[in-house]
Amino acid sequence: MQKVLTGNQSAAWGAMCAQAQVVSAYPITPQTTIIEELADLVAKGLLDAKFIKVESEHSAMAGCIGAQATGARTFTATSSQGLALMHEELHWAALARLPIVMADVNRAMAPGWSIWTDQNDSLSQRDTGWLQFYCESNQEVLDTVIQAYKIAESVDLPVMLVLDAFFLSHTYEAVEIPGQEATRKYLPPYKPSIYLDVKDPHAFGGIVPQDVYMEFRYKMQVAMNEALDVSVKADEDYKAMFGRGYGVIEQYRMDDADTILVTSGTVASTTRAVIDDMKAKGQSVGMLKMKMLRPFPADLVREALEGRKRVAVLDRNICPGMGGIWSQEIRNALYHTPESKRPDVYGYIVGLGGRDVTPEVIEKIALDVQERPIKDGEQVWIGLKE
Amino acid sequence: MTIRLAHYLRMNHMPHMWCPGSGIGIIVKGILTAFDELSINKNDLAFISGIGCTSRAPGYLDMYTLHTTHGRALSFATGVKFSRPDKNVVVISGDGDSTAIGGNHLIHACRRNIDITMIIVNNNIYGMTGGQYSPTTPTGAKAATSPWGNADHPFDVSALCKAAGATYVARAHVGSGVQLQRLIKGGLEHKGFAVIEVLSNCHTQYGRRNRLADPIDLINDVAKKTVNVRQAVKMSEEELEGKYVVGLIHKDESRKEYCEAYDEVIKRATASR
Repeated sequence: MQKVLTGNQSAAWGAMCAQAQVVSAYPITPQTTIIEELADLVAKGLLDAKFIKVESEHSAMAGCIGAQATGARTFTATSSQGLALMHEELHWAALARLPIVMADVNRAMAPGWSIWTDQNDSLSQRDTGWLQFYCESNQEVLDTVIQAYKIAESVDLPVMLVLDAFFLSHTYEAVEIPGQEATRKYLPPYKPSIYLDVKDPHAFGGIVPQDVYMEFRYKMQVAMNEALDVSVKADEDYKAMFGRGYGVIEQYRMDDADTILVTSGTVASTTRAVIDDMKAKGQSVGMLKMKMLRPFPADLVREALEGRKRVAVLDRNICPGMGGIWSQEIRNALYHTPESKRPDVYGYIVGLGGRDVTPEVIEKIALDVQERPIKDGEQVWIGLKE
Repeated sequence: MTIRLAHYLRMNHMPHMWCPGSGIGIIVKGILTAFDELSINKNDLAFISGIGCTSRAPGYLDMYTLHTTHGRALSFATGVKFSRPDKNVVVISGDGDSTAIGGNHLIHACRRNIDITMIIVNNNIYGMTGGQYSPTTPTGAKAATSPWGNADHPFDVSALCKAAGATYVARAHVGSGVQLQRLIKGGLEHKGFAVIEVLSNCHTQYGRRNRLADPIDLINDVAKKTVNVRQAVKMSEEELEGKYVVGLIHKDESRKEYCEAYDEVIKRATASR
């Protein structure tokens, strides 16, 4: 079935295909239409789920945690300040090894108040133990929700998929919807190994003394490492079944390009057009699209970037005192590359608070990086007003 | 044209972005009129909001303003009042902001009896985010998240605040501007935590989904459900079912204000040294 959907509706329809059983959420712009769509799908009987509208995002995640612990498949969505408020429960969900799936609509943090996109909200949750996937199109949003359940339930870790405020959340696109029956063949019903069961009682959330805590964390790290291969395979299987796959990273026209632009989210789709245009003009450029943040696909990134002359990382986020977050991750991945094959990595800060990242901006970066001498840790801010 | 109360407004921020016909205009005018009648200098005012349509007010008012995070206006305000007890601290908040995400802060501010005036604009819905049901949406009412009717039971906000220990609790509605101004003025004059719950109209998000799309119809619908506190005492519980009691619901001047109570503790502690 094909429908014209917004990015937010696509997230809701993804959860519908995956047959989420409990949805617990709280409204925040620009996420709200995800839960409205879900409330409607539930009310119309298209999704056999319970919808709980709680009193804050903190409670939304707590609601998912409670429901997931009973063995139900859960879904929620939030954005920005809401995600920040959830922070405590994000750690909880991951450390309790509950495969919850959540959509985060990337929105800048306040103050100053902004409802427009940038990645600081989700990137600030990098260390909570959630897998993170950044989406480029509405179709990718829907497909990633379904894949997210497959991955999450294979490794018992929660997954956050991320879409840009307004550029995706509120723009329409024709989206292919696999439906519940076809999805079930890819994603069988959720069968947790341990859950709240009166016939087989367990205690959850108990105190863990010093002599075992580390082992729990170690197991989580092992699961996170496994999650990379699991994610790659989940995408391949999805592609085999539905004809669409994205990869955890994507090399776009990178062939033997000297200059690589690293992007994520909707900036990737604008960059594709810029690369096509510049290639036609004889420029040696390509793009590496980062879909996966955690686990970080370091080997794949290294393989893709080794031997290139230079890499410009477009960061729609800023870690004050350090720089763009993707650029830190990329530099880290390249540390062990022999110097002769190691590209210079340049950090570019773009599009904070929803400022448009136009083809002109991207082309300017692609040209600038070819002229700029490399300086340790330098961050170039693009389009700053005087 | 001279605009009354313009000295309290950031006129360069006009026109405002509130919906035409929204009761919030009447409420803000009520607040500013109360400031004016009490001759409160704008430099002695801290005006604080959380998130929602009410949070535009700090943008438009020319005084010390803080537009804070969702539900936390009272927590920020408590910090402001505690550090500057000489200032008038006023909070404006909606039903979702103050009784859902910020519900915990509301009951504790009531309990402490800190000298803050809290205006709760109760329009029975999350207006700004697009009409999701809130803790005051009536059972059965339609909202974006309850397209087939709300299953939840609503809060009686004034009763909640009174029970939690607020020492001044009043309720007004936007169809009665004079009473509204008088009750806000009373709240500002009261030494302690004062709550003025104002029944307002969100015809855009609530009314349209509940056959009350015209602002006047919705204001009249609210007005019809109100009973003055003097009448209410003569009415039975059955007669009061589904009604909103308006007027000064509760006032207690016997309890100590929180900043003063705190100062006394410090005085005792330092005297015993």
